This record gives sequence, C-alpha cells and structure tokens, in this order.
Amino acid sequence: MSSRAPALRPGRLLPADVARVASVGIRTRRTRAALSALGIAIGVAAIVAVLGLSSSSQAGLLAEIDRLGTNLLTVGNGQTLSGEKAQLPLSAPEMIGRIGPVEAVASTATIEGLDVYRNPDVPAVETNSLSLRATSLDLPAVVGTAVGQGLFLNAATAREPVAVLGAAAARRLGIDRLYLGQRIWVAGRWFYLAGILRPAALAHEIDESVLIGFPAAKRYLGYTARSGGKLVPGPPTKIYLRSATSQVEAVHEVLAQTANPQAPNEVEISQPSDALTARAKAKGAFNSLFLGLGAVALLVGAVGVANIMVISVLERRSEIGLRRALGATKGQIRGQFLAEAILLALIGGAVGVATGIAATVVYSSAKGWEVVVPTSAWVGGLGAAVVIGAVAGLVPALRAARLSPTEALRTV
Amino acid sequence: MNDDSKGRVLELGDVWKTYGSDPPVAALRGVSLSVRESELAAIVGPSGSGKSTLLHVIGTLELPTSGTVRIEGIEVAGLDDRATAALRARSIGFVFQQFFLAEHSSVLENVADGLLYSGVAAAQRRQRAAAALEAVGLGHRGSFRPSKLSGGERQRVAIARALVGRPAILLADEPTGNLDSASGAAILELLHELNAGGSTILVITHDRELAASLPRQIEILDGRIARDSGQGIA
Repeated sequence: MSSRAPALRPGRLLPADVARVASVGIRTRRTRAALSALGIAIGVAAIVAVLGLSSSSQAGLLAEIDRLGTNLLTVGNGQTLSGEKAQLPLSAPEMIGRIGPVEAVASTATIEGLDVYRNPDVPAVETNSLSLRATSLDLPAVVGTAVGQGLFLNAATAREPVAVLGAAAARRLGIDRLYLGQRIWVAGRWFYLAGILRPAALAHEIDESVLIGFPAAKRYLGYTARSGGKLVPGPPTKIYLRSATSQVEAVHEVLAQTANPQAPNEVEISQPSDALTARAKAKGAFNSLFLGLGAVALLVGAVGVANIMVISVLERRSEIGLRRALGATKGQIRGQFLAEAILLALIGGAVGVATGIAATVVYSSAKGWEVVVPTSAWVGGLGAAVVIGAVAGLVPALRAARLSPTEALRTV
Repeated sequence: MNDDSKGRVLELGDVWKTYGSDPPVAALRGVSLSVRESELAAIVGPSGSGKSTLLHVIGTLELPTSGTVRIEGIEVAGLDDRATAALRARSIGFVFQQFFLAEHSSVLENVADGLLYSGVAAAQRRQRAAAALEAVGLGHRGSFRPSKLSGGERQRVAIARALVGRPAILLADEPTGNLDSASGAAILELLHELNAGGSTILVITHDRELAASLPRQIEILDGRIARDSGQGIA
C-alpha cells in the first residue's frame, strides 16, 4: 500500500493562479494597498523624473549647441604686460578673414564711458549697465542670432544716428515694441531705433548692448583711430568669426598671431560653445542629490510594504490555515505572500514610472526639449520595485509559512 | 495487516499527543481507531477532551507524538511537508464551524479553490465546483458572494468546497455550531445524503444529541476513547 507514497506530489499552481492568489490581499484591501504602494511610487517617480529630466535637458542643450554651432570663435583685446587694456590692430578683422577656413567675420568695438538712456530725463546714475558698441553689419549672422523686430543696421543706417538693441538691453530700457520714430538718448543725443535682436545664446554681451554702426561711432561719438594719417572708425575690441567646423582647432592656433602679429600675447581668444558643452556635461552633477532623495523615498516605501505585509499575515491567519488545510505546502504559502509583496511594490513602481515619465514629458515639452527617458531609468525603476518588494516581503512570507496550520485555524 | 484493511480509509494505532515538556500535557493518550469507507461517524466529547487534537491529527495538520496514523493506507509520520500537503489536498476535506469562506470571491470560486492545490486545471476546477454546488443544493447560487448567503447556505458552500476534490475522508468540525437549529438539522440531513452517496464523513462535535443521530459514535474523554459504538463492526 505504501507504493502510493511516491504519487504524493503537491499540485503546482499555474502562473495565473499564482497571480490571482497573490492579488487577494490587494483586491480585498485596496485603500491600504494603494497607500503602502504610494511610498514606492513616489520614490520611483522621483528617480525616473530626475533621470528623464536631466537626459531631456541635456538633449535640449546638445540640440541647442548643435543649432548654434561649435565653430564660433571670438578674439578680444586682452591686457598688455603692464596690465593695461590692450588694443587690437585696426587690420585685425581683415587679417582674420584671410585665414583659409574662416567663413565669416564680424567685428565690434565697445565704446567706453558713454551711457544710454530711454530719454534725457532719466537720472544719469540709471545706466542699466548697458554697453554701447559699434558693430559691423554681419554681426547677427555670425553670432547666431536674428532680428526680432525691425531691421538690423545697413550700409545707410550705419552712418546715421541709428541704433539696434540687444534683447536684454531692450528689456532694461522698457522697450518691448518698436514704433516709427522711436528714439533713445545716446551720449547726449538722440539715436533712432531700427530694430531689436533676439537673444544670442553664444554671445550674451551682445544682448546687453546698444549697437550702432562704425561710421556713426566715428561721426557722432568720436570713436576714432589714426590709420595712415587718416582718421578712421577705430579699433575693434571683439571680433567674432565662424570657421569650418573641422578646422576650429587649427584656426584657434593661428588666431592670436594673425590678429595681432606684434603682440599675440595681448589677444584673448575663446570658444563660447565651450561653456554650453561644459554645462551639458555638468547636468549629471545635481542628479545625485535628487537620486539620493528618491532612494530614501524608496526605502521608506519598502518599510511601508514590509509593515503592511506583517500586518496582513497576522490578520489572515485563518486564510493561511484554510489554505494549508486545502493542501497548500509551506512553500506555496511563502510564495503567495512574497508574490503579494512584489506585486504591491511593482504596482507602486509602475505608477511611479508613469508619473515620472509624465512629469518629464510635461516639463520637457514646456521647455521645448526632446523627451528622453533613458531605458535604464524605467527598467531600473521597475527592477528596484521588484527587489524592494522581495526584500520587504521576505520576512512576512517566512512567518506566514512557519505558522502552524492548527494555530492559524484556532484564531477567528 | 490483513485483507480486512482494504476498506479502511483511516487507521489510528495507539496515538499519543503531548504538548510542552515541563510538565508535558497529554491531549491524546493511546487512541486507536479505524474508519471504513462510506462510514458516517461522530467523534463526540466535552471541550478539553482532546477531540480537537484528534481532528488535527486525523487531518494531518499535526503529527502525533507517538503512534501511527494511516490515511488510505499511507503512514503520515514518514512524510515531509510537501507530501503531507499533497495528501491533504487529495484525501482530506475540512469543514469548519466558522466556514472560512473568502468574502471577495464568488461562491463558485470558493468551491473551486478546494481544488486549487490539487493540480487541477482552472476550467476543470470550475466545472467540478459547479457539480459540487449542485450536490449540496446550491447550484443556483454560484455567482453570489458568500456574504449574501444565510449561515446554512454558507456551510453548504464550505461542504461543497471540502467535497469537490472527492476526498477519502470529510472532517467536519462542529459543522452546525454556528447555525440555528433548523439550518443545523438541514446540514445534518445533507451529511446523511452525502454519506448515502458514498462519502466517508467524520463529524467532530460536543453535541451528544447530534452524535446520537449518526450511525456510529466515538466518545472521547480525557484523551482516550471512552466508548466506540462501531468497535464491534470494525
């Protein structure tokens, strides 16, 4: 008769049965399940959103860098050995333009000591920290901006008392709309406004500038230099140039020598896109703080799930006893509660991932960035939830399995 | 064992069960008993007599301290947890005083869960559950929640759940304890019917009157069998 013994193998639960049994506690106590999953949802949402937002903003920044180009170089007047402000030669823009890979050159000159006001009645101290610059006519194209309203200077207006405002300069002067005949008070005389520029991301100094033509600077403001016995508008203080992208390094190397052959050390060269590139790289730095906060939320969530599972096992002793009486093995009871904890955490994780992605989509769209949620973020979020559920559910599940069936059935 | 053992679904030989060690308390003191297929017997005794312990030992929820327990000829003492669980799933059906029905599931699902750990496919579980509900007279209540049923109906659901796996033994622990007398009588009648249909049923009760209405009474007192009306037959 004992030959029947080998047939005593417990029936296996099918995956559908496991899922149904694991969801019993969650289905019967929805509010409690939702609240205990909330902690994990918040933690996962924070992590996914932080990773998504930083990736998206990085993508946005890289796209901006791409649009602005990394081939803009600037040449400025540096300092002499004695620490005074150096001067660029009058011929510098022309010389730079002769470097083979240089595609476009624009030059500007900061005219020191002169202030700009909306009108003569504005007190002299309220200078708004604007700078007055003379500029060549191709400046917007070279620095990567465009006219927002009105027109840029042209060969005619460059000789007249006509100005164009940078974006920030217009704001500071309180001019948001151009009308015909609008004037500003520049160094003691009226200049008519021709246009307002859009922000120049690679040349913020242009944003804060009031731009006039070189001939006008000479004629009305006396900004001159002597060249071959003649008075000419003079000297440039900052030159902007675009080079062939592949040749930026090479151009960079010869630039100082070309701009000021007599004193190359007095020339200041920079690549404005460097700052943006550095910012894109630095995007990851502040993440660790928020990821840390997300991890803390996850930990709290894990404690919440563990707590709920411990209570659940205590409350459901009779269910455990009944299942044992119906033929459940210890392993099946253990599996049930472990699966329930994992399911609970996974629901929290899924809600968190959805929330995190939604936050990323909303914020990125508002900022005009491409929406990028790294696979590692949401897969990691769900994975973390599963691990947390398993860890949090382990002890309660072991307890449930250890419960003797008779003891479990005694309590009602 | 002789040929006579063929029809015996349950055999207890000198079963002792003691709890604790300082000093040990004996709940069962040398219980020997055998139950044949298709018997309907009452295990009756006052509270504290050891009948609950006897139920647990027969139901393989507890192992005896000494002695042998055979269910359908299988010695329980030699089995591990998995094999014991499988034996319970196959050979024993439990009915409890408190019904223990899952309130969030339908009546049919409750009955079908009686087969959950037997390795029966879901569709077949439902089919057999419907048949078992029919057998206890609740074929029309399958889609109800247990909370919508009367106490007597709930106990019928629990009986259907215990019987759906066609166990060798049905153990009913005070099956009428939570019911009014009319419902209790109806449940008892159902047990008679099921027994007439071939089920082996052991009713554990403190109610002597109830016990007297069954064909065989096994009286327990202080952990021993005080009287067994079926002794001669066995």
